[in-house]
Amino acid sequence: MSATVAMILALAVGTYAFRLVGPVLHGRVELPVRVREFLSAGAVVLLVALLATGAWTEGGGFAGWARPAGVLVGGVLAWLRAPFVFVVLGAAGATAVLRAAGVA
Amino acid sequence: MRTAERTPEGARYPELVRDASLVWLASGVVGVSFGAIAVTGGLPMWVPVVMSLVVYAGSAQFSAVGVLLAGGGPVAAAATGLLLNTRTAAFSLAVAETVGRGRLARLLGAHLVTDETVAFALAQPDPVRRRAAFWISGLGLFAVWNAGVLVGALAGSALGDTGTYGLDAAFPAVLVALVLPALREDAALRRSALLGSALALAVTPAVPAGLPVLAALAGLAVYGRGGAKGTGRGRGGERADGRDTA
Repeated sequence: MSATVAMILALAVGTYAFRLVGPVLHGRVELPVRVREFLSAGAVVLLVALLATGAWTEGGGFAGWARPAGVLVGGVLAWLRAPFVFVVLGAAGATAVLRAAGVA
Repeated sequence: MRTAERTPEGARYPELVRDASLVWLASGVVGVSFGAIAVTGGLPMWVPVVMSLVVYAGSAQFSAVGVLLAGGGPVAAAATGLLLNTRTAAFSLAVAETVGRGRLARLLGAHLVTDETVAFALAQPDPVRRRAAFWISGLGLFAVWNAGVLVGALAGSALGDTGTYGLDAAFPAVLVALVLPALREDAALRRSALLGSALALAVTPAVPAGLPVLAALAGLAVYGRGGAKGTGRGRGGERADGRDTA
């Protein structure tokens, strides 16, 4: 089990180090406005890429149609400025209904 | 579900608690499935529980446990998880100002940097609400995620397939709702995000998990022009934050 403990520790310490980058640098290094804009834009680009890969793929392959269809329903609701609860429940509900109907 | 209402920030921002609670609920159920998968796969109960407390990153935990259960060994498991979590460095830079300046706030806040919490914070219109959103979402998510994992580890295989409830579609949809306001008002950002996502999807079958999302950062190459306009506006005010993502 000690190998598992080492794995968890390495993953925990490494992850925490990544997460500390921002809070530690903040206030010590004065970043130019342009760089800060790129960081904000980069965060949004990362989030959109996460949602795109999360919607379409699973384990490196296609996730099936039920999931992206549900995300699309949620996305349309969000576009129409529906309350957050409808976006979440709409996406999950549409995917659940499609799966119950036999769509993978 | 609404434990954060006990905090002063939760009481001042009931609508943030309401929106965050949906993310907590979905995360809690995913946490339950993580605990159950790890234990039914043959790992001792403490592994998913301790991992969730100290690593606290859903996708990395699933991947690391997946590698372990597939017999990939601890080194490959740690490497996969770390690769997936490199993006948290970029996220921590984006919310550095939001987290706060105190030593304790920095040390504690860093651990709470997750996809959902960063998206939730950046979606708020001003710095004060952004900070409240970060801490409400972050603390609540940490509590609910770990409680969920513990329940799942205890319940084991008694639960069915969580895919039945369509929760895997809820998370991408949450991110859509959170990034839409930023995308609506910035054409250069839309172009960058579109190009980045296309790149990420294109390389997904070919490269290890974690790399596709990082590849998306190449989309920033087309952020230049719209960003240059923004620089002019940004210099007018005291802080770049005023116009960034929300």
